[in-house]
Amino acid sequence: MFIGTIIYAVINSFILIMLAMGFNLTFGISGVANFAYGALYVLSAYTSWILLNLLKMPYLLSVMISILLTALLGGLIYRLVLVRVRGQALSEVIATFGIGLAIVELFSYFGLVGFEYTLPVFIDHSFLIAGTYVDAQRLFIVGIGLVLVLGLWLFTHHTSIGLAFRGIAQDERTALTFGIDSDRIATLSMSLGAGLAAIAATIIFPLGSIAPAEGYDVLIKALAVCIIGGLGSSGGVIVAGFVIGFAERFTDTYIGSHWTMIISLMAILLVLVIKPSGLFGKQKELEERI
Amino acid sequence: MKKRKERIDRGIKARSGDVFTLCSWREMLYLALPRLLPIIVFLLLPPLLSVYWQKVFISLAVFALLAISWDLLAQSGMISLGQALFFGMGAYLSGIADHYFGLTPLVAIPLASILGGAASTLLLLPVLRLRGIYFSMVTLVIPLMLVRIIEATRIFGGTEGLTGMTPLPSKWVELYLVIIVLLCLLFGFRRMMASDYGLVLKGICDNDRSVTNAGINIYWFKAQALFLASTVGAFSGACMTHVYLFTGMPVFALDYSILPIAAAVVGGPGSFAGATLGAAILVPLSELLRGIGGLRIVFYGIFLVVFIVALPEGIFHYIQRKYHQFERWVEVE
Repeated sequence: MFIGTIIYAVINSFILIMLAMGFNLTFGISGVANFAYGALYVLSAYTSWILLNLLKMPYLLSVMISILLTALLGGLIYRLVLVRVRGQALSEVIATFGIGLAIVELFSYFGLVGFEYTLPVFIDHSFLIAGTYVDAQRLFIVGIGLVLVLGLWLFTHHTSIGLAFRGIAQDERTALTFGIDSDRIATLSMSLGAGLAAIAATIIFPLGSIAPAEGYDVLIKALAVCIIGGLGSSGGVIVAGFVIGFAERFTDTYIGSHWTMIISLMAILLVLVIKPSGLFGKQKELEERI
Repeated sequence: MKKRKERIDRGIKARSGDVFTLCSWREMLYLALPRLLPIIVFLLLPPLLSVYWQKVFISLAVFALLAISWDLLAQSGMISLGQALFFGMGAYLSGIADHYFGLTPLVAIPLASILGGAASTLLLLPVLRLRGIYFSMVTLVIPLMLVRIIEATRIFGGTEGLTGMTPLPSKWVELYLVIIVLLCLLFGFRRMMASDYGLVLKGICDNDRSVTNAGINIYWFKAQALFLASTVGAFSGACMTHVYLFTGMPVFALDYSILPIAAAVVGGPGSFAGATLGAAILVPLSELLRGIGGLRIVFYGIFLVVFIVALPEGIFHYIQRKYHQFERWVEVE
């Protein structure tokens, strides 16, 4: 029981890390808090479900298409809406929140609430690890999570675009003098963030149901992880993912499933009250906050 | 030959800064009309409506109150995404006062407003030093958390909520209580923001550091603005409890956070009249669109985005400009 809880807590942590990575990336680089993040997650889950079950596409193709489409949409949102209101916190928040609201409520209007879906084949196995059965999809999540974390690190540290990303994040003016087009980078970061949301969605949604309301839950969870880790800090996301992942799983097992969401919400509040910069936030970001 | 649009203030507008120059009925009417119009509409229209539309009118006034309270917070530099917190606090407290203590609505409503305002302020007090999106995040999170806590602990009727509230003494009280408070606040808050006190609040919004440097305790002012706004929100929630005769988890729903923001953004943030105008447009509109169900919220979302991008000043400021200025095309030499 106890070991099982720990194993599931690790898996839960990876889920949270994957959920938060995209939000964190967009915020860290372009400074845009993408409140449409949860909606993009739900959107890509539904897209891949529709491609898979209604249009009978092969699994890999449908996942690829839905990830690409979501990434494209993320970029479009930046180009069409955010570029005009950049730098005004109020307008950015309201605009992305409005977009997210429209997407999520559109799905619930179409009555896409809780339905049967067929799962891709590779999850039909389960393995016995230390006396606990863990199905293949969950192991797959951990694997993809590790690959994404590593891939993102390689991307931001060893490719020229990735370095440009970090340059913009650190000092936009200086980066501009070096000929880095900040709007282009911000668009890219937004679509990369949306793409990461889509990857997380297509991998995680076979575990449970997808419902439009998930959009808000995902947003809250991503917020919780990012705030606790320190917004924009990539190391912080991993640590905070584990902190909340373990906390959630243990409350679920020993207190009750009603309380799991409360834990994330409480954690957001506590961290913002006690140490607004988060566990790994930088001093510069702290100044923007208080 | 190029042309450009020239805008000139109407002479009367330019002179009305100094009141003594007004000497004709026409001029006085010109200035008074925009102020008299809402008073006349809000006081005379409701009795002419059918019972159903009277209820809509009450919810219009309630949402206008929420929008005003959002606007007050926004003008003091606090962007709230959770008006539902204030609304829910008032609704629950008034419900509790009625259900458990048997207080009459006319006692329960003011009590719930003050207590709800105080409770919301206390909840948000530790995060008052946060700015921008960080404050928004917290306000988004707290109502959600309260819902989950009520769900998990099953207090105050749990998911069922509290039913069987005492209705307000008469239909007229029900109708005019909210409207009169709305009108008082509409003009009162405007006066307040024009005073020195309001200047400090606006200063906090523009640049809180320089206000701090002027030796003013910005947290004290922010807390006061928060208390005012949350009391207004709680009042609207308390009134709704005694109109619907029900309090439950839906009072913390996203609708009560989104519609006020949508109203303020559509109407024009930064002027309480804009928020009221926005509510007066959106609430009847959403009532007319009731047939399409959940799609209404989709429209609010789209409205928000379109107005933020295309008409960030909002309808009210647009109308105000048209009212006070001549516009004509002139040739550029």
